[in-house]
Amino acid sequence: MNKLLDLLRQNARLTNAELAAMLGITENEVAKQIKQLESDGIIMGYSAIINEEKADEKGVTAIIEIRVTPIKDQGYDDLAHTIMAYDEVDSVFLMSGSYDLSVTITGTSLRKVALFVSEQLAVLDGVLSTTTHFVLRRYKEKKHLFNEDNFDERSMVSP
Amino acid sequence: MIDYNSIIPQKIRDIQPSGIRRFFDIAQQVQGVISLSIGEPDFKTPWAARREAINILEKGRTAYTANAGLIELRRVISEYLHKFIHTEYCPDSEIIVTVGGSEAIDMAIRALVDDGDEVLVPEPSFVCYSPIVSVCGGKPVPIVTKQENNFRLTAKALMEKITPHTKALILPYPNNPTGAVMRRKDLEEIAEVLRGTDIVILSDEIYAEMTYGGEKHVSIAEIDGMRERTIVISGFSKAFAMTGWRLGYAAGPEPIMKQILKLHQYCIMSSPTVSQHAAIAAMTRCRDDVEHMIEEYDMRRRLVVKGFNDMGLTCFEPEGAFYIFPCIKSTGMSSEEFCEKLVHTKKVAVVPGSAFGESGEGYVRVSYAYSVQHLQTALARIGEFIGELEK
Repeated sequence: MNKLLDLLRQNARLTNAELAAMLGITENEVAKQIKQLESDGIIMGYSAIINEEKADEKGVTAIIEIRVTPIKDQGYDDLAHTIMAYDEVDSVFLMSGSYDLSVTITGTSLRKVALFVSEQLAVLDGVLSTTTHFVLRRYKEKKHLFNEDNFDERSMVSP
Repeated sequence: MIDYNSIIPQKIRDIQPSGIRRFFDIAQQVQGVISLSIGEPDFKTPWAARREAINILEKGRTAYTANAGLIELRRVISEYLHKFIHTEYCPDSEIIVTVGGSEAIDMAIRALVDDGDEVLVPEPSFVCYSPIVSVCGGKPVPIVTKQENNFRLTAKALMEKITPHTKALILPYPNNPTGAVMRRKDLEEIAEVLRGTDIVILSDEIYAEMTYGGEKHVSIAEIDGMRERTIVISGFSKAFAMTGWRLGYAAGPEPIMKQILKLHQYCIMSSPTVSQHAAIAAMTRCRDDVEHMIEEYDMRRRLVVKGFNDMGLTCFEPEGAFYIFPCIKSTGMSSEEFCEKLVHTKKVAVVPGSAFGESGEGYVRVSYAYSVQHLQTALARIGEFIGELEK
């Protein structure tokens, strides 16, 4: 496993100097590796992990399971490309198991998301069925715990 | 009205409360302090160990165990020690499971030290050895270790303190608070001095897993002729992040362990049963968790050492435990003054080196058992503090 990627995954705001110290390599080497990872398309970008419930109380996230008829020679790619073009769509994954595509959508209200699914996704050619699941609470995301009582319970007086 | 002073023996009244504690009474009065002072892992106990404890509770297996601990656990410890320090201990007669490494230290000293015996204690070091020696009627004899020797115990310093009354040597490496380790070569030199004497070694190896810089931990018990005189003390608190489970162990030659077992039997009966079951899971199924934690500590160690060096507080490169021990003499302050000012002006708590023996004066102990983000915030504040001093 690439340790540099691991550190960036946890906190992309570490400076090159900090990363260099932690990895025991030079700052130049860090800069070089990051550049390489970026140009190889391994690092696609940098974003913050946001507690959406706090940032926007009204915002909703839904995970849509979509069952699809695969098309000869193209499989699922064509439909996936169509779906991922929508701005409302956060992520699209091809899944193993009882459904095919897993699509994450964020919107400003339950109604808007539900309408988007029924008016835009469900009617696409090749879509057999959709099942919409709304996210009610986030407990953990990208290894970050979202519960607020995650305080340091260690006593200050210890060996 | 009882005169309490007259009923409490002088040697008990003479014990000083831990210097770490004294400083915290000050730190706790300041609101919003962030701490770099804690001596326990910030990681949670690996899930497999916690899960095993839950299983055991559900099954209601909560009775006392054998005095020396569950035989399965002693076997696991024996295998672990064989792999880790290449030394064999018989699970039936040479290993005792204790209530933390602390109990093992207490029991070992009590089993060995008689009135007038001298016990050599390298300093700076953890605070418990000398008071226990004193309570047993022994005389703690500090051996000062120095930064110029990377805070290692040297054969020369050891030789100078040995007398006909020397009963035991405490060997607390990897060291709290300095982060110093003893490499094989250093231990060979110590062994050379002790060979042919009757001096017993109490090797407190609780931080052994946290040894950095490529080379693994070496125990003095591995060195030729030393096993017969060494009690290895370790536990689950640090390596497996199991502080609150209170579980440690002692391993050593049967004639000594037999005596320790009597004390343990009368004093403790047996170590916590649920913890013992969890410890089996920890040692057999949590190797990846341990490796992950050590890798994390190592990265933080380098980050914090660099941070202090950048501030101009020179810091010897610690190779073990999870502390660094920067020198603060350049500020002109005593270590207590430094820590008090730092906590009052910047609200960062670190421990004065003087809490770990006189030779710790001029240094502070900084723990890096914290998240990187926490360390960054604290380092920035200490940096400001140093910057303002220079003005």
